[in-house]
Amino acid sequence: MPLDFNSYDTETFYDELIESPGVPRPGARILVERIESLHSGDVIDRQRAAEAAMYNMGITFTVYGSQDGTEKIFPFDIIPRIVEARDWAYIERGLKQRIHALNLFIDDIYHEQKILKDKAIPEDIIRSAASFRPQCVGLDVPRGIWCHITGTDLVRDRDGQHYVLEDNLRCPSGVSYVLENRQVLKRTFPIVFEASRVRAVDNYPTHLLETLQYLAPDTVSAPKVVVLTPGMYNSAYFEHSFLAQQMGVELVEGSDLVVMDGFVHMRTTRGFQRVDVIYRRIDDDFIDPKAFRADSVLGVPGLIDVYRTGRVALANAPGTGIADDKAVYAYLPQIVKYYLDEDMILPNVPTHVCANEKEREYVLANLDKLVVKATNESGGYGMLVGPHATPEERTKFAEHIRKNPRNYIAQPTLALSRAPVLMEDHFEGRHIDLRPYILYGKEIYVMPGGLTRVALKKGSLVVNSSQGGGSKDTWVLFG
Amino acid sequence: MLSRVANSIYWMSRYMERAENVARFIGVNLNLTLDMAAAFGEQWGPLVNITGDKEQFAKRYGEATRENVMHFLTFDLDNPNSIFSSVRRARENARSVREIISTEMWEQANRSYLMVRDAAKNKLATENPHDFYTAVKMQSHLFDGITEATMSHGEAWHFLQVGELLERADKTSRILDVKYFILVPDAQTAGTAIDNIQWAALLKSASALEMYRKHSKRIDPFKVADFLILNRDFPRSVHSCLSRAAQSLHAISDSALDAFSNKAEQQLGRLLAELNYTQIDEIIAGGLHEFLDGLQTRLNRVDDAVFETFFALRPITNGGTQQQTQS
Repeated sequence: MPLDFNSYDTETFYDELIESPGVPRPGARILVERIESLHSGDVIDRQRAAEAAMYNMGITFTVYGSQDGTEKIFPFDIIPRIVEARDWAYIERGLKQRIHALNLFIDDIYHEQKILKDKAIPEDIIRSAASFRPQCVGLDVPRGIWCHITGTDLVRDRDGQHYVLEDNLRCPSGVSYVLENRQVLKRTFPIVFEASRVRAVDNYPTHLLETLQYLAPDTVSAPKVVVLTPGMYNSAYFEHSFLAQQMGVELVEGSDLVVMDGFVHMRTTRGFQRVDVIYRRIDDDFIDPKAFRADSVLGVPGLIDVYRTGRVALANAPGTGIADDKAVYAYLPQIVKYYLDEDMILPNVPTHVCANEKEREYVLANLDKLVVKATNESGGYGMLVGPHATPEERTKFAEHIRKNPRNYIAQPTLALSRAPVLMEDHFEGRHIDLRPYILYGKEIYVMPGGLTRVALKKGSLVVNSSQGGGSKDTWVLFG
Repeated sequence: MLSRVANSIYWMSRYMERAENVARFIGVNLNLTLDMAAAFGEQWGPLVNITGDKEQFAKRYGEATRENVMHFLTFDLDNPNSIFSSVRRARENARSVREIISTEMWEQANRSYLMVRDAAKNKLATENPHDFYTAVKMQSHLFDGITEATMSHGEAWHFLQVGELLERADKTSRILDVKYFILVPDAQTAGTAIDNIQWAALLKSASALEMYRKHSKRIDPFKVADFLILNRDFPRSVHSCLSRAAQSLHAISDSALDAFSNKAEQQLGRLLAELNYTQIDEIIAGGLHEFLDGLQTRLNRVDDAVFETFFALRPITNGGTQQQTQS
């Protein structure tokens, strides 16, 4: 018996694939017809084959705190998420605008701070931000670009409107899953894939390499680019290694690099060799014990001094965390308006900044309806999903907020859109989000696709892999 | 290339080769005991002397029964030279150089590890040891073949070769030593049918029986030793391994074969020159076991020299990512 979507219940949510029971959205028609033409065992076999392929390919992440460097595969669902051309065009325009403005904002914050002088956003928010790096004040970064690689999390509400949930401008991860998921899905549904006219994501490593090469000093003709990883026990090591391999550049650890004679060098079997551009996947705090945390053994002592002289480029620049502070995020409409004199295309989720007394009172009175997030955390850590929390958890969070209001923001609980996920022998709707990746080099490039993360637990709104999330391939269609 | 990466590649291939050879050791012993258990009883203790840590084994296992020794050499993760430890370390090293090796190589390293790990859970190895140890050998051969066919024969490949060939030379010498430990030849068995069967089993576990027969028809202990140590064409003989390892070392430094530009080349070149001008009679006269023992010490010195010459540029800092246990 084939699987079908006739009894698939979208409940009251916006479903990305199915408009109403048995009726697919236009872009998903070919896919749904194909699935319904297959024997159910065949679909289940394909899911198993995809999982086995991922395991053999070693597409895994490391689980912290386990011995043996235990790896798990990132759970993967073979039913792709489909984004139609019209929706994508809107997302792409919105993201380009956003990154453009954020870059101008970071540059301004570490130079004249005009936006504060003009009182377009409250000065306190910046003064009190833990992510502000005094070391970066006055820094002239190569080509004036700070955020070369960004991953922006988008969600869709019940009415189908897209919102930006958060920006990740430090070391966003996940892009390797996008590329590998695609490899697996092409094998899983080759015919549907071809017929659906899906835009390719495979060019990402080439675009990334060009973005990085663009940062090298003009005097260097064949720039040496490297990827800097904290090492193989980092949870995202697979991705670091994957990107280095796809770009054909060296993957280095901090101890492979050394500052000598005012330049950065790497230790090779033939002695020392100069490095021009570093795509670093180590956080600011750990990248240079001389400039940031002195106890870091992952970084390269003296790196930031070389960076200041322009003899090595770093992507992303240090200090970009100021732009993904969640309290700063709340002011993005003002930031876009200030630098670009435009209205923001992709809206934020309405956000209450707890540092503001009035808003804080509202948040404390409505904890059972809101999602509260720490301003300087990511990965689903330090958050409270009010409607799903116990009264005790809410009381505890209220204390946290009163004690350190600057550290919290709150947002209404969105009814995140859903997509069908294969559960044993039938489909069930699960909440999802979308993280597209944006590169800022010679121009701003948005990869046509992204990481669709799925909250696999029934009813859950938390999609992070560290909290039981999985992923799907994301098909952006040609118009 | 990065010193760290060269080091990992070298150890990746060493460990892969080590896993294969431990499977060969156990294979030879299974073969030998099948043939002579009736007459002499099973002998598993000597295998620990040759391959692993005798004291460690005695402390943790006590008696050298078949089950104990097989477990110690196959699945024991606390034994750094067990098959499981070796494939795990081969894979860890491969994982740390994934961007240097081909995807196919990584997938094979991963599969080898998963195969042994799964076998540790089911009973394949104890119920059907022949199939299991053959599978381990085949995993390693697959890795070699994939490497040969998918990786550029550049600097990284040469480091891989050096690691693999030094390991193989060492282990071939130890396989030859099995016979010494199992059954010191005496007047009673020498030249008898049972002696021949044992030598044939030994050749077989080095995958050398057929090639040996093309070389000399009759099984003769001197000739077997000659074949496994000094033969120039057989790819598992000590001489063949060292000669190709030397070629790779010289390809890395781009120096002439009859000179040396670093300590590793010097150590290996000197050893190889000795083998070039040695006859098997001289080796036997001085004692085969003593010769093999000395050879293994010299190989360890070559390994140390490779480390100092190419890898030690990196000060040992936040260690833990590299396992460098030597047998």
